[in-house]
This record gives sequence, structure tokens and C-alpha cells, in this order.
Amino acid sequence: MTDVISASGVNEKPRGLGRRLWDLLGARPELFTLTLVIATSIVVIIANPDFLQMSNLVDILRASVVRGLFAMGVLVVLAAGGIDVSFTAIAALVMYALTMLVIDVAPGMPIAVILVIAAAGGALLGALNGFIVHRLNAPSLIVTIGTQYVYRSFLLTFVGTALFMNIPAAMDRLGRASLYTHISASGVASSLPATVLVLAVAAIVTWFLLERTLMGRAIFAVGGNPLIAERLGINLFTVRVFVFAYAGLLAGIAGVVHVASNRLANPFDLAGMELEIIAAVVLGGARITGGSGTVVGTLLGVLLITLVSNVLIFVGIPSTLQLFIVGLFILIAGTIFTLRNRG
Amino acid sequence: MVRLRLDRQTLFLGAINVLVLAAGAVLAGNGFLDSYNLQSMAAQVPELGLLALGVTLAMISGNGGIDLSGIALANLAGIIAFGVAKSLVPVDDAPLMFSWTFAGLALLVGLAGGVLNGLIIAYARLTPLIATLGTQLVFTGLAIYLTNGSAVGMGYIEPLDDFGNLPVLGVPLCFALFLVIAAVLGFSLVYTRFGVQLMLLGSNAKAARYGGINEKRMLLVTYTICGVLASVAGIVIAARNSSVKWDYGSSYVLIAILIAVLGGVKPDGGHGKVICVLLASTALQILSSLFNFMNISNFFRDLAWGLLLLMLLASARVSLGTWLRPNR
Repeated sequence: MTDVISASGVNEKPRGLGRRLWDLLGARPELFTLTLVIATSIVVIIANPDFLQMSNLVDILRASVVRGLFAMGVLVVLAAGGIDVSFTAIAALVMYALTMLVIDVAPGMPIAVILVIAAAGGALLGALNGFIVHRLNAPSLIVTIGTQYVYRSFLLTFVGTALFMNIPAAMDRLGRASLYTHISASGVASSLPATVLVLAVAAIVTWFLLERTLMGRAIFAVGGNPLIAERLGINLFTVRVFVFAYAGLLAGIAGVVHVASNRLANPFDLAGMELEIIAAVVLGGARITGGSGTVVGTLLGVLLITLVSNVLIFVGIPSTLQLFIVGLFILIAGTIFTLRNRG
Repeated sequence: MVRLRLDRQTLFLGAINVLVLAAGAVLAGNGFLDSYNLQSMAAQVPELGLLALGVTLAMISGNGGIDLSGIALANLAGIIAFGVAKSLVPVDDAPLMFSWTFAGLALLVGLAGGVLNGLIIAYARLTPLIATLGTQLVFTGLAIYLTNGSAVGMGYIEPLDDFGNLPVLGVPLCFALFLVIAAVLGFSLVYTRFGVQLMLLGSNAKAARYGGINEKRMLLVTYTICGVLASVAGIVIAARNSSVKWDYGSSYVLIAILIAVLGGVKPDGGHGKVICVLLASTALQILSSLFNFMNISNFFRDLAWGLLLLMLLASARVSLGTWLRPNR
């Protein structure tokens, strides 16, 4: 993944600060994301110091959890050179069917069991994606567009369309659990939700998977060049099924977390989020063509997207410009990353 | 000489059209085949058909070519064109003048959006997927900003409304325009320098480069045409709905891709026929209308689309010929 070392030693000329920063950016694209996050924050703080209230920071973290879980899955799929747009449909199907199951069959089911079933269900649907992509040897974008339609409309046609207002007690407890409650001077209580822990665990597991396991090596190899990876003895089928199953697994968990934090199971939720998540992962420095990407960069990308969606109002920019700015960030980041890769 | 070669794929898609129409007549009664229903189905084809043609061109150009920004640009074109045309031409005094101004402005917006896509993809070398994802958000975001997120009613403007709904000699005007555009596009893909170069570029970019094809200019032109096609779709949408809205047809991104793949366009590039895409869009529309006639829920329709897309991908890989051929 890091091909920086080969160039050093040959080029002994002293280089300017700008040139060195440019090289650093190539090695660590997430630094650019970090710069964007910091710049956005500074602009917001200067424009409106009220932003720094605990309640706002907690809100941003809270809003990042589901996005972050999705993004970890997308990162792994992108690293292997694929793309997945069906994960929101998987999350919606799993969360709604599972809520229904728990309410109707086993109201007392503990949250640990719920999360395990969600993960298994999501992984199964994701594995199906991987299986189809591999067997049909078709572009994963088009395959997952197909499965997205199938999963979502299966949910709406055969499972149900009505809201669940009373979610199972165990999910409700997960949503209400807080790690830390901060009472501001004006008496406004804001609590850091325990669901942040779910994201933390997912991030650590994903990092370990990508950076410390053979599967991680195989994923980057397949993303870099599938033909060479295959000649190295990597089983493409295993890797493809694994990455899509992993994305599905995280999507299933994200679905349950979504229900828990909204205290509502709405089968129409989460639709249309997929492009925004892919945008976040790409902003985090992962190449859409595969073979690269980091967990830290992805988390920063998610933070940036959440920041832009939540803070524009503080700066006096109408919230209607939110999508425009996210789009602009993608184009700028994409251009800079591509120019750097060529240089 | 232009010869209409009827290959198997074209015949197959044509047969599907006939089959779905026949199924409609059987399942939904004779009302399905009367001229009123046929006309209303035809008038619904162009919006999606034009977007699908855009996706087709992008896919043919190869190297992961795709255009996700089509419907966003179509809506933006309608919104900007209506806003500007309103301040230039009095709607009530000169409706015809207004309609032409509206259409011209919309085309300009489409041209600008297409050039933007083309520049980003050809010169900044962004992957088409990321580039058009970014511009999709930019176009949509701009449309939300300009309209504050609500639909803008245009009122009844006779010439524009006629264009969207009035049949002339039994053919709705917007459908006729769609046929003309498809014919021009189909002709230029096969018989012009541009078309031949585009096919070569899509099937083997390296060979095309060594063959002296200016890859950057080709990509720029291709995505510019996509943008213009999208803005024509935007004009049709505005004419047919008498309003412009930022989130009209939010599922069109995916359905346009479905139509292109249904029409046999290869997502890897280098292959695609306009006539097949045209037949795919009419088949999908007839099927969709049939579902409406039979009161089948929209959700089930989406399920059918998804399964259809997957089955098409599967059928492209499994060659039926080996089973149908008599034993050696």
C-alpha cells in the first residue's frame, strides 16, 4: 500500500515545504480530511462561539454512530475494489423484521442476542451480494443496485409498512443508556449515548482486520489488482463474499442501533443514505478503485459529513446549502487525491 | 447506406414488448390497448428514456463510465430555466415565447452541467462514479437552495403543456422528440467518426490512445451530451407536471441504469445499441403501466425491477446456446 519509500534516496534535492506537504498528503490522504474538519470547525467557532457547547458536540457524535458503522463496512468493500449501495436496504430489512420478531415472539430477548441475530442476518444478506458479484462477474455497483431494490421492496411488500412506536424494552434500554451526562450552566442535560461504544468496537475490529490479519492483506491485494492477487494464491471468491458479508453484518448492527436511538422502527428510514456514506468514505481518502483506505480517515470523513449537516445553521448558511457543500467537498477532495496519485 | 440490421437482441427486446402488451390485453382487458392508454404510456417514456440514453453513452465510453447526476441535472435545469425565463418573458402575454426561452435556458444549464462533468472526468481524471456522485450532490444542493426545498408550480402554460401531453397524429409530441433524439444518437454511434471512436475508446482505451484518438476530448464531448440529454428530460418533466421540484424522480438514477443494462449495454464499455435501449425503456413502461392497471403495489414493482436486473446480469453470463444446441 505504501510505495513512498522507493522514491526516497534517488531524489536528493532539497525540497520546499509545499512539496513536502504535498508528498505527505499522498502518503496520508486522511490528513487532508483532518484539515477540512479543523477548517470547518474553526470557521464555525469564529462565526458562532455557541457551537462549542457540550450538547452540540454530543449531538454530532450521536449522529455519527449509524453513519460510522455503515462507513466501516463500505470502507472494507471499497478496499477490496468493490462498491456496495445495498447496505441501507439490508439495515432497514434487518432492523424492521427483527423488531417485529422480538415484539411478536420473544419480547424479553436480551440486547446481546438481538445484536447477534442482526449481525448474522445482515451478514447473510451481504454474503448473497458477494456471491452474486463473484458468480456473475458483474460490476458490484449494478449488482447491489439490484439487490437494494430486492431487499427494500421485499421488506415493504411482504414484511410490513407500519411504524413500530413501542420498540422492545432491550432496544429501548440500549438507546437510553448513557456513558456520561453533562449538565451545562443553564441546566441543559446532554448525555453521551452508549451506542458510541458500538462504533468504537466496530472501528477497532475493522482496523485490526485490515491492518493485522491475512484477510486484510488479501482484501488490499484484491482491491489493488485482482488478477495478480489470484496468482498469489488468494481465493477471490472468499474475499468477495467476506467483504460484502462484513458490510452486511455492520449494516445489520447499524439498523438495530438506529432503531434504539430513535425509539422507532420505520421501514422507510435509512433509504437514500448510501451515496452520502460512500461520499464520507471517499472523503476519508479511500480510493474508489480499491486497494487503499484507512479506518481513521474514514472516521474523519464521517465526522466531516456529519459536521457539515449539523453546523451550517450556526454559521448562518442556510441549511438548504448542505448537499451543495458536501458535493463540493467530494469534488475538491477527489481532485486533490487523484492529482496526488498521478504525481 | 443505413441498413436496419435486426440482430437477435433487438428481436428479443421487440418480442418482449409485444409479449408484455399481449399480457396487458389479457390481464387488464381491452382498455389496456386503446389509443388513450397507449398514448399516455408513450408520453411517460421520454423522461426515463432520455436519462437512460445518457447512462448508455457514459457506459459505452468505458473505464467505469456512468452518470449518476442525470436526474439531478434535469431537475436543476427545469428550476433555473423557469426562474430566469419568468423574469425575462411575461408568461401570460407571450406563452409561446416563454416556452422557447424556458427550453433554451434549460438546454444551456444541461450543457453547462455536462461540460462540468466532462471536465472533471476527462481533465481532473476523477472516476466517473465519484465525479458524478459529487456533481449529483452539487446539482441537487443547488436546486434545494434555489427553491428552499419546495416544489415550484409553473401554472398552465399552453405550449409547454401541449408539448408534454398533446398527441399529434396519434403520437405525443414529447415521445416523438424522444424518437428523433434516439434516432440521431443511434445513427451517430454507428455511422459517424465520433461513434466509432467512442466504441473503440470504450472497448480498449489503450489501443484507442495509440490509434490517435483524443481521449480527453472524447470524454468531454460524451459527458456534455449526457448533460444535454438530461436537460431535455428536465424540459419534458416540467412540461408534463407543470411544476419543477428538486427531488422529482429520486429513483430514476437506478431505473435509468436498469434500462441501459436491460438494453444490453455493457457496463464495462465499448458496446451498446440505442434501438435496444429504446425498446427496453418502452418494455419497462408497459410493464409498469400494467402493474398500475392491476393495482399491484409500487413496492412489488420495485421488487420486480430488482429481480429483473439481477436475472439480466445472470443471463448475460449463462449462455443458453450450449443447452439448446443438439448433441454433437
